Formats: sequence, structure tokens, C-alpha cells
Amino acid sequence: MNISLIRKIFLSLLGTALMVFAGISFYKSRHLREPVVLGPGVTQVKKLSSYFPKLEGSINDANVYVLEGSEPGGTILILGGSHPEEPAGRLMGWIFVENAIVEKGTVIVILSANRSGTTVTRLGGAYPPDYSIPTEWGEQTFRMGDRWSNPLDQWPDPEVYIHYPSGQELAFVDARNLNRTWPGRANGTLTEKTCFAMIQLIKDEGVDIVFDLHEAELQYPVISTIVAHQKGQDLAAMASMMISGTEDFLIGVENSPEALRGLSHREIGDHTDAVSLLLEAPEPMLDATRGRTDRALLLEGKDEFIVKAGKHGLLFERIDENGWHIDVRVGRHCSTILHILELWSEDQPEKGIRMTQVPRYAEVIANGTGHYLRNPSTAPPNKLTFE
Amino acid sequence: MIVTLLYYVLTAFIAVLIIWNLVKSKKWQDEILYIIILIPFLLRLLRLK
Repeated sequence: MNISLIRKIFLSLLGTALMVFAGISFYKSRHLREPVVLGPGVTQVKKLSSYFPKLEGSINDANVYVLEGSEPGGTILILGGSHPEEPAGRLMGWIFVENAIVEKGTVIVILSANRSGTTVTRLGGAYPPDYSIPTEWGEQTFRMGDRWSNPLDQWPDPEVYIHYPSGQELAFVDARNLNRTWPGRANGTLTEKTCFAMIQLIKDEGVDIVFDLHEAELQYPVISTIVAHQKGQDLAAMASMMISGTEDFLIGVENSPEALRGLSHREIGDHTDAVSLLLEAPEPMLDATRGRTDRALLLEGKDEFIVKAGKHGLLFERIDENGWHIDVRVGRHCSTILHILELWSEDQPEKGIRMTQVPRYAEVIANGTGHYLRNPSTAPPNKLTFE
Repeated sequence: MIVTLLYYVLTAFIAVLIIWNLVKSKKWQDEILYIIILIPFLLRLLRLK
């Protein structure tokens, strides 16, 4: 055996070891099970495919949590995980599913609107594969996720993504962006089929308001705001004033642009009877000028480089050494939804929504997000599902 | 679906080419390079990344 062959075998073994090490990490991240303890308000858990059977068995056949009140009223849909790398929306959804008791109307929650996107992190982004929220019974770990569907589930990307049905040309990668593929299509890509299924849900269940929960980088002008379809502009404006006057945070309102297609706040409002609202909270980890991209940055939202960018006037939201903690971001989403529902219920009592046990902004900050997560190890099997 | 399958076939073809170049290579620097660039192709074929 010559030296060249021995060297080739040695280097190949080294490469194989490297691949196995990375492969195990990727496999574990993709298959991490996230427990959900069904709270006392959950009356049904459906699958998204029950509204569109072609989705059955696919990775995006999400759980649909239904919380029905004893009094008839309106119906709302809360979407967490449209962009899984924006975790405040998913965590807020967890709080609703595990705690909320609906007295009037129906609350429908999807924790993983794009489940495929929760199983991958940004290629080349050095994101952590997961993150853990401290609770009174230990830690609960969640998949980190990405903005786009996993290429393992939808590949290849087109050269140019042409949005259906508008025909508008968008960035190629947004073919896998759930918030660029609304209203979806029945024979489209996985991401388009997922949106199509959720549109069917909205129509079949007669949903009155859809909340799509997001987070944004501080260098992006659409931040700390409610993006509203024209059907919901008055509601959003009133909520903005109420929140700014009564809560310890400010939130603005943006009108959904008519020329920008594929987004939930535009297409859901255009293609269904529902009012569509998109909520944005600040997430420093998404900023391009961030430092080390780790779990601490994701959860604490502290970064000296972004603070410096703010001092140079490059940001659309303030930031200081306290950062933007995950509890602040989750609390903002909680209070914003509660205020909007209060205003909606005053305006349309017959379609009102009333619920209890959902914390407001100040409570989430005081107690922490983990306080509202239930211990899966003590939950009865029939009260446990996994995302 | 057919396009996706074709991309997997393409990936496998390129992976075979890289392995072939690795076998034929005389320089250790090239061998390391081939092994490094082979990893993402194999991870995709194994549906890990």
C-alpha cells in the first residue's frame, strides 16, 4: 500500500467523522420534539390537513388547537411560527394553548404555521440549533428555526419566484417564505399548499380576525407595529392608542401596501372575509450588524454593536444595554392581542371574544415566559401533544 | 417532484465526480479540498441538511 493511498484513506476517515458529527447535530435539531400541554381551554386538536387533505402526512401538517367558549361569539386565528426564527410568536401561542380559558367565541392557534421552517437554521448563519426557556420545573427547549421552509422539504428554488395569483416577481428564496406565498395554491409548492390549507381553515371556520405574529430587526422600518389590512385599520389604530395609553410600551400602525403581494396582512384580507393583522416586535438577533449569534442574543436581545448602530441613527427602534428580552417581546404580543379583542368585542358584541388566564405585558415581564409553560412530564398522556 | 428528483440525481453525480477526482489526485492539498466540498453534497443526499 503506497503512501498516497494511506493518506487518502486517512483524510476520508477524517472527513467522514466531520460529516457524522455535523449530521447528528442536524438530525437532532430537525427531530427535536417540542411538548405542548393542552390547557383547560383546549377543546379540540385538529390537523391542518383536515382542511386540505393534500397536506396530510407532510411536515407542514400542523396541529390546530381549538379553544371554544360556552357562549357563541366570534372566531380568531393566531399564527405562530410563520417565520420560526422569530420565536416570540410561537412562545405566545404556547401561552395561549396551555393557559387560556375562552368564555365567549372561539380561539384557534397554530404554533408552527411553517413547521418545515422550524427544522432548519439559516444556512451559513451560525445560528444556535435550539434555545431553552427557564421554567419553575426546569427548562423547555424549542427548535430555533429559520425564516424559510427547509430545503429538504422544498427544493430547488426557482431563479425568480413568481407569486401566485398576482404574478409579481419576488426574490427566489421567498418561494419558501410562508409570508410571501399567501393565499397559496392547491397544486403549488409545500409552502404554497400550507397557505392554501390555512386559507381553507379561515373560510371553513368563519374566522373573523387573523393574527400573524412576527419579530423584526431594528434596522427594518416596519417594527413595533401592527400591520393592518384596510378592513382592520380602524381596529389597529384604536388598539395602538389604547396600548400606548395604558400599557408600558408603544406600538404603531402600518397600512398593508396593496402593491406588495404574498403577505398575510394583504392576501388573507383580500381573499377571505377575515380582518388580517400582523404584529411586529423587535428582535436584535435579526440585525445584520449583530455580534455573536448565540442563544443569549436570541433570548436577551443584548448586543453592543446594535447599540452602537443606534447611536449612529441607523435604527428604527431604540435599544440600550437592557436589550430586548424575549419576555418583553412575548408580553407585547400578549397585550396587543388582548387589547384588539377587547376593542373588537365592544364594537361587535355578537362576534365578541372573551377569555381569561392570558397574561398581559407587565405580568409576562414580572413572571417570565417560562412561568406560563406547563410541565410535560406531569401532564396526563391525553393532554400532551408535540410540535 | 420530478425536478426535485433530478436535483438529487445531479447531486449524486457531482458527488461521484468529486470522489473520482479525490481518488485520482496526487496533491494532499487537493485531497483535503475535495473531502471538504464533498460533505454538503453527502449531507443533502442523506437528507440531513
